[in-house]
Amino acid sequence: MIVFENVSKSYLTQKALDNVNLKIPNGKIVGIIGENGSGKSTMLKLMAGLIRPSKGSVKVNDIPANRKVSEIVTYLSELDAYYVMYTVKQTINFFSTQFKDFDLTKAYKIMEFMKLDPDQKVKNLSKGNRGRLRIVLSLARDVPYIILDEPFSGLDPMVRESVVKGLLSYIDLERQTVIITTHEIQEVEALLDMIIVIRNGRILDMKEVEHLHEKEQKSVVEWLKKVYEAS
Amino acid sequence: MDDFQATKPIYMQLVERINHKIVRNELRAGEKLKSVRDMAVESGVNPNTVQRTYSELERMDIVETKRGQGTFVTEDEMKLNELRDSLKNEHISRFITQMADMGFSKDETVKGLQDYIEQQEVE
Repeated sequence: MIVFENVSKSYLTQKALDNVNLKIPNGKIVGIIGENGSGKSTMLKLMAGLIRPSKGSVKVNDIPANRKVSEIVTYLSELDAYYVMYTVKQTINFFSTQFKDFDLTKAYKIMEFMKLDPDQKVKNLSKGNRGRLRIVLSLARDVPYIILDEPFSGLDPMVRESVVKGLLSYIDLERQTVIITTHEIQEVEALLDMIIVIRNGRILDMKEVEHLHEKEQKSVVEWLKKVYEAS
Repeated sequence: MDDFQATKPIYMQLVERINHKIVRNELRAGEKLKSVRDMAVESGVNPNTVQRTYSELERMDIVETKRGQGTFVTEDEMKLNELRDSLKNEHISRFITQMADMGFSKDETVKGLQDYIEQQEVE
């Protein structure tokens, strides 16, 4: 479980998160939705232990989320400039030397599934293919928490479908929890167990997607409108 | 990937789709259902949702899960006939309700149905 307790985060004078309280259960696919600048990336970075809260605490499986949490959380925001001279295959091989839980065979399998050319240089990859390489690198690690930042953004529908299928093929919800941020809400509605809405650094609501269908007869998009209007 | 309505739980929509396949004999008595993962990948649906679909079908006695082997359509003909009847009644009831809503009497509806079927047979 990932627990945010009274978490605030400020950058200089700007407040990115404002007293967030949240419990994300294990074994789910959870979507975080919010506009640009709403605090989504700050939340992900806190879970991954890349930044520390200004106030409050973030814990992953009862462990405070600091640099060490990367042993149980995988999170890749962007591929560093460092990799651009590497080919896809070289990048994957390099990652396998960096994480002892990295499954090289699985990485190659996902790479094939995502139709990535192993010999292409990372710097020559399209934005969509770069996103897919990040997914390969994330899913090949055998860790309980997988965090994906905008895995579907900038992808055309066919590619998005292959990414969704890749994700479903290579995660194991009996042992893993997946947290994604997304703008493409409608297209991934069937993929998500839960949805968290964030605006101006505050959590507006958190719901089970099937609960919305069953109890409110609403799609996520319809529900979002309602939540935004009420805020 | 499949499309789903937003006004009904996705797990129930999957239950209905599997039930229809069984009634149409696309899935036969005793036949194995796809694994949860394969079904999830094929339809683009969360594996927890597919698991819930299978549990619901099990609760309805339409499928059985055999440990370590998978989930199978029941071989109990009585259960399968019940399923057939209940789908039939469900569709008829929806049709009758819609006809009544439009102001047709029961007799008009029955007559209309008979005429329609006869017409179809002639063609």
